[in-house]
Amino acid sequence: MEARATRVSLGVWTLLVVLFLWLPLVLICVYAFNSSNIQSWPIAGFSTKWFHAAWHNEEARSALVLSLKAGAIATVIALVLGTAAATAVSRFRFFGRDAVTFLLVLPIALPGVVTGIALNSFFNNNPVHGLSPSLWTIVIGHATFCIVVVYNNVVARLRRTQTSLTEASMDLGADGWQTFRFVTFPVISTALVAGALLAFALSFDEVIVTTFTAGAQNTLPIWILGNLRLGQQLPQVNVVVFFVIVMTVLPVTVAQRLTRDTGILRRR
Amino acid sequence: MRRMHRRHVFVAALAAALCVPASGVSSAAGPTMITKAGKNEGALNLIAWEGYTYKQWVTPFTKATGCKVRSKFGASSDEMVTLMRTGQYDAVSASGDASLRLILGKDVRAIDPKVIPDFKNFIPALKAPSHNTVKGVHYGISLQWGPNTLMYNTKKVKPKPTTWGVLYSSKYKGKITVPDNPIQIADAALYLAKTKPALGIKDPYELNDAQFKASVDLLKKQRPLVKKYWASAGDEIDLFKSGGAVVGASWPYQTNTLKTAKAPVSDLIPKEGATGWADTWMISSKAKHPNCAVSWIKWVSTPKVQAQQAIYFGETPANTKACAIMDKLSKGSCAQYHGNASAKYFNSIKFWKTPQKDCGNGQSNCMDYTKWQQAWTDIKS
Amino acid sequence: MLGPPLAWMLIFYLAALAVLFVSAFWSIDAFTGKLTHAWTLTNFDTILHSSTYHQIAFRTIWMAVAVTLTDALIAFPFAYYMARVAPPRMRTILFVLVLLPLWSSYLARIYAWRLILNQDGALNWSLAKVGLPEQSWAFTNTAMWIVFSYIWLPFMILPVYAALERIPDSFIEASRDLGGRNWTTFRRVIVPLALPGLAAGSIFTFSLTLGDYITPTLVGNVDFIGNVIYRNVLGLTNNLPFAAAYATVPLIVMAVYLTLAKRLGAFEAL
Repeated sequence: MEARATRVSLGVWTLLVVLFLWLPLVLICVYAFNSSNIQSWPIAGFSTKWFHAAWHNEEARSALVLSLKAGAIATVIALVLGTAAATAVSRFRFFGRDAVTFLLVLPIALPGVVTGIALNSFFNNNPVHGLSPSLWTIVIGHATFCIVVVYNNVVARLRRTQTSLTEASMDLGADGWQTFRFVTFPVISTALVAGALLAFALSFDEVIVTTFTAGAQNTLPIWILGNLRLGQQLPQVNVVVFFVIVMTVLPVTVAQRLTRDTGILRRR
Repeated sequence: MRRMHRRHVFVAALAAALCVPASGVSSAAGPTMITKAGKNEGALNLIAWEGYTYKQWVTPFTKATGCKVRSKFGASSDEMVTLMRTGQYDAVSASGDASLRLILGKDVRAIDPKVIPDFKNFIPALKAPSHNTVKGVHYGISLQWGPNTLMYNTKKVKPKPTTWGVLYSSKYKGKITVPDNPIQIADAALYLAKTKPALGIKDPYELNDAQFKASVDLLKKQRPLVKKYWASAGDEIDLFKSGGAVVGASWPYQTNTLKTAKAPVSDLIPKEGATGWADTWMISSKAKHPNCAVSWIKWVSTPKVQAQQAIYFGETPANTKACAIMDKLSKGSCAQYHGNASAKYFNSIKFWKTPQKDCGNGQSNCMDYTKWQQAWTDIKS
Repeated sequence: MLGPPLAWMLIFYLAALAVLFVSAFWSIDAFTGKLTHAWTLTNFDTILHSSTYHQIAFRTIWMAVAVTLTDALIAFPFAYYMARVAPPRMRTILFVLVLLPLWSSYLARIYAWRLILNQDGALNWSLAKVGLPEQSWAFTNTAMWIVFSYIWLPFMILPVYAALERIPDSFIEASRDLGGRNWTTFRRVIVPLALPGLAAGSIFTFSLTLGDYITPTLVGNVDFIGNVIYRNVLGLTNNLPFAAAYATVPLIVMAVYLTLAKRLGAFEAL
């Protein structure tokens, strides 16, 4: 449709943007093989010793495990609550829909540092709720800003699904749960996968809110931050990040294929 | 729905008003003094300076005691104090400007030094220093001490600097780095104490209005010369390695790390003298793993670990028996890090302490630390 | 159905925000560091009358605006190519290429930029190779602008892409049939329809910049709103009331921003 010149220049621009997005990631991977523990360019020499060191690093491992746990639990909570909110909103089409969306989007729309200290003062200084930092305080923080991701995906999917389907199901005598289980759920299942993956990604990489809710525990990003401070084990950080990038290629690709209508929050 | 939404907000506000936040300061009833160590709990949460929990002595500690160590690096003494007050941590490597605050806030437990076998070998000055011992009660066990140094790039900075003035002159404009820490005002005061005797600065932590203003003005003039106010050891290491900075205020840890990586750096104590730190391991009054904390202090007080840490960080051990091991680990290191230094050298360092209104000379017109913090925000902006 | 999610948000989030906002009207005792529950406007007074805090707030907001505009400019042609020019397979690849950086550590990516921008970093090394003069952006506002724009770019690309992809081809054909030139079609059809996507993306780029304190610490050399808040929470004074009071600055800015974004249809395009 577009003129050839336009298409070519758009293509060139796209290529440049991809380079811009990926150059730092490539650099991280290159530095993972740096033989020196101090990072300068070009790298001092090639070495795989950091892979060995990172693999045997207990702190890195337990941080990774904690991050995986927190991400998994927060994702499950977000799935349940996000789906509930989305089905309610789309089924009943009540007029407070905008208000619900607004409330759910608030935790990611407000600056992370605000969410962080709000949760921090709430957990720390609140004798009624008295929650001391644990896996659960991390999970609560993460789930709060992950709900909206699932919600948006599911709402988008339901919007495109004809209401006649659920109406037919109800007319045929199915109760609310049966309708959800046999009609709605199959329709939204891929949207849930996409929502879950994005929710997990948000949780897994979160550091600003987590700093205020984690107490003495180290999630992976907090471990990384500690190492940036220390300035001595940076190649190990690169190894871990390299590992994470490699491990996530597959789920991200799968998510993209499963859910052609979902984006960061949704695609259609 | 709009009304309903508003009602929710109202309910939330009500809930908020009901749960009146308690303050961050611990309760008045202090726990008892630690007089013996019990069974280890299997875990230990530490707040430490960068380089104080290196795997070289942490791994064998965990193996010997079963205490799994988790450590968090405090960015400043301020942060360490606040983190300790959360009650999430068992022990902290507090510098002199944090330790007294922790004692006064009843955040740390008293400890009988007899619990630590190596205590008897400590240098006399660090057995009961005023920053961790109040009215004869010990609230922690000294660890190591050292000066804040002037680090420079040996290739780019010639001749070798001899004065802190190099950080305030435009000769190395845009190549200077200093810590992002309000206590830096003391470094300026120390320099002014020697270069502007008319101000009458006796102690860089006890500054009256005029002295304080002069120090802050000096730092404001320094502002455009500074490439980066380093917030962590890692920042400064990067800066020197990359050539972003060629001269700066530093800890020996950075110099050691850079030297190991074969970077052309060196450090020294300028002729005006130096500020410094004397660190103490203190156990939280809310510690969940007090026995592991005691085991940890025992461990880091042994001559071997004292020597390892001294060499790794580049500071001076409290344990006099460490000297011989230091020389065994790295020839000449004991003398290099003043392991055998005299009391005179110890006294020449102006150790970090918390600025208070009380000037220590009967007057109470000095700037307290809140003022220091405000001034620092202004200096940096 | 709506009960549990609303209860969750109310208990853990709105209540927390309310506590925060209320505590902004308290103060701490300078001597003991204890919270005083007497109502006071001291904190707001300090913020309103201190040029330092003004400067920090304006610097932060200005940066958020600059980053948002930059990301919009970078993202639009990219998203356009992705949505309307690229063949399906290429589109999948591009999609994965945009999503993957989001999964890899935010900290590591910021740090990588520090290594790139350093005096002896990869950028100067490359500039020297092609005979260009070296830059010294490390630890300046320029560095922060580059890094912020980089870090939040995917958050702009994805909603813009979604909005562009939704435009039916028939709209564009109709515009052409009615005699609209390329530029007119672009201006009168494509841009208005992409606007909700741009607005949605800008919520992210704007608010994420506004609330970040780690990027300024790692690649900058000046305080942002987040740094001041962080320091007051974790500093000696543990001055939560002041932190809370200062946190109302980004809170108000975002409230205004969200209202504007909602008018542009951003919520539908999130």
